[in-house]
Amino acid sequence: MNAPILQAKGLTKRYGRVTALDNCDFELLPGEILAIIGDNGAGKSSLIKALSGAVIPDSGEITLEGRAVAFRTPIEARAAGIETVYQTLAMSPALSIADNMFMGRELRRPGIMGSVFRQLDRPRMAKFAREKLNELGLMTIQNIHQPVETLSGGQRQGVAVARAAAFGSRVVILDEPTAALGVKESRRVLDLIRDVRARGLPVILISHNMPHVFEVADRIHIHRLGRRLCVIRPQDHSMSDAVAFMTGAKLPEGVQTAA
Amino acid sequence: MPADMTPAKAGTATTYEDGLHGASTRVAEFHEDRSPLKKIQHWLHQTPSAVPLIVLMVALIVFGLLSDNFFKATTLSTILQQISIVGILGIAQTLVILTAGIDLSVGAIAVFSSVLMGQLTFRYGLPAELAIAIGLLLGTAMGFVNGWLVARMRLPPFIVTLGTWQILLASNFIFSANETIRSSEVAARAPALQFWGQAIQPGGVRVLYAVFLMIALVAIMAYVLRHTAWGRHVYATGDDPAAAELAGVPTRRVLIQVYALAGLFCAIAGWVMIGRFGSVSPTASTGQLGNIQSITAVVIGGISLFGGRGSIIGMFFGALIVGVFEMGLRLVGTDPQWTFFLIGALIIFAVTVDQWIRKVSA
Ligand SMILES: Nc1ncnc2c1ncn2[C@@H]1O[C@H](COP(=O)(O)OP(=O)(O)OP(=O)(O)O)[C@@H](O)[C@H]1O
Ligand SMILES: [Mg+2]
Repeated sequence: MNAPILQAKGLTKRYGRVTALDNCDFELLPGEILAIIGDNGAGKSSLIKALSGAVIPDSGEITLEGRAVAFRTPIEARAAGIETVYQTLAMSPALSIADNMFMGRELRRPGIMGSVFRQLDRPRMAKFAREKLNELGLMTIQNIHQPVETLSGGQRQGVAVARAAAFGSRVVILDEPTAALGVKESRRVLDLIRDVRARGLPVILISHNMPHVFEVADRIHIHRLGRRLCVIRPQDHSMSDAVAFMTGAKLPEGVQTAA
Repeated sequence: MPADMTPAKAGTATTYEDGLHGASTRVAEFHEDRSPLKKIQHWLHQTPSAVPLIVLMVALIVFGLLSDNFFKATTLSTILQQISIVGILGIAQTLVILTAGIDLSVGAIAVFSSVLMGQLTFRYGLPAELAIAIGLLLGTAMGFVNGWLVARMRLPPFIVTLGTWQILLASNFIFSANETIRSSEVAARAPALQFWGQAIQPGGVRVLYAVFLMIALVAIMAYVLRHTAWGRHVYATGDDPAAAELAGVPTRRVLIQVYALAGLFCAIAGWVMIGRFGSVSPTASTGQLGNIQSITAVVIGGISLFGGRGSIIGMFFGALIVGVFEMGLRLVGTDPQWTFFLIGALIIFAVTVDQWIRKVSA
């Protein structure tokens, strides 16, 4: 197997007295869909936040394509090609869908209007945003300029997923991307995740939906009490095994101590 | 492995999704039947400067009917002249309030900057142009300190600027030794300081340069806030700073830039003050009143104190409303206290409307 594209060793993150990450290891292989499952509060979001620069771990190392990285902000991670949909979605409610999709990487008008007067290229951004949302089938075209706060929770999630899928260039991270979505929209997101993999990009998917996880994941990272308990393949285990591992009801083979 | 737990093969729908076969492929469309009130709410949500514009129109019509002298070019140019300083301070205040902050030091920065420009020229003998440049720079630096304390030390803007307001105003008195530079002296030795007090007189109507400056600055900042990435970042920072940070906005840098720019606008207002009043005075009332007046213009202008909503054009209308009320009530001949009475009522009205508009998403 090829070397991991994104790897973490011994990540620890404490919030006051809560240890959200406890000497946690992590590996993402090129071109795979890696699911992360675990109980509420197991530290899944903390892990991906550490990987995406949203929190700075107290200790531990992260390497991207073999090179050590230490992101201090999500902007740095994004510049390195890691695109993330956070559980909280990270949208500015009063701004439009198009503004939100291009937040922090706005397109400017060609020529002097862009270079000197720094004018945004609204038509080009709207067109792009419209295309991406249509791919997800979430929105009518005329709504691209409506403020995000007037969207339903699921539509907002759709916009966030579209943003990450459109801009990711090395790794795409999705923290519960289908939690608020309907059956049809969830299906679109799963298809989109496969599309992203087909483009050669690895995807990290956090989800509590076992059928979805077992359907799309190549490997499943089971997170328990702030650390990686084990990694399983969906072909080798049943959903009930996975649930038993993540809740501590059962120990996977080869793991010694009950966590 | 129990049969019902067999993982579904990639690409095949799991059972409950079979219902999706033949599902409508239409994308969501929103044709809710909205009541007229809801429609107004939505329209105001998109165009936050509409409310102050309507109030301004109504005020103009009412005062036009009540007083024959109201719709005269001289009256209108006097109104613009009266609001030129508040208008420029209002730009500074708008920027800060859009980031969900507040700047109580705008008046103090303006007065201190004007005193610095004056004293550097008269006490230290610098050429007036250089003194102005240094004054603008120092005003920016004062704003930068506010921004640094807010963004880096994470102190509440209200507290930071309450502190710097006192500090700057006191420094202003200490530095100037309470000394006013008389208008005639400024005119004789450093006319550049009074630049914005000059006027054009088309058909005998005096319009101060300061008025053109205010309008130009409002127009420039309206463009910057609406049509540049930086402007969008200011809104995003005020709207939800945590979300903006995750979405890739360097929120702390934006905050520092906003406060520093606000400082620059205050210093410009300080320069304009010399033109308007002629003299350079550390006791100019702007030091105390500038804050409240600029916040009033911003609030009446429909800019949300919670940040992220409103437009600078609204602030301009807000400042105009105050100017129109003052002038109109004077012409009508009422007790001037009615001005404050009505402006107070208008502030409460504006905030009520803001709350109502914000419910649009609920
Ligand atoms: N900003 C924070 N401040 C304090 N404690 C935090 C913070 N963020 C997370 N925690 C704590 O860290 C632990 C792990 O949280 P995390 O959000 O990573 O869990 P999770 O696995 O993503 O859970 P869920 O499935 O509910 O999303 C929790 O105990 C949580 O209370
Ligand atoms: Mg989580």
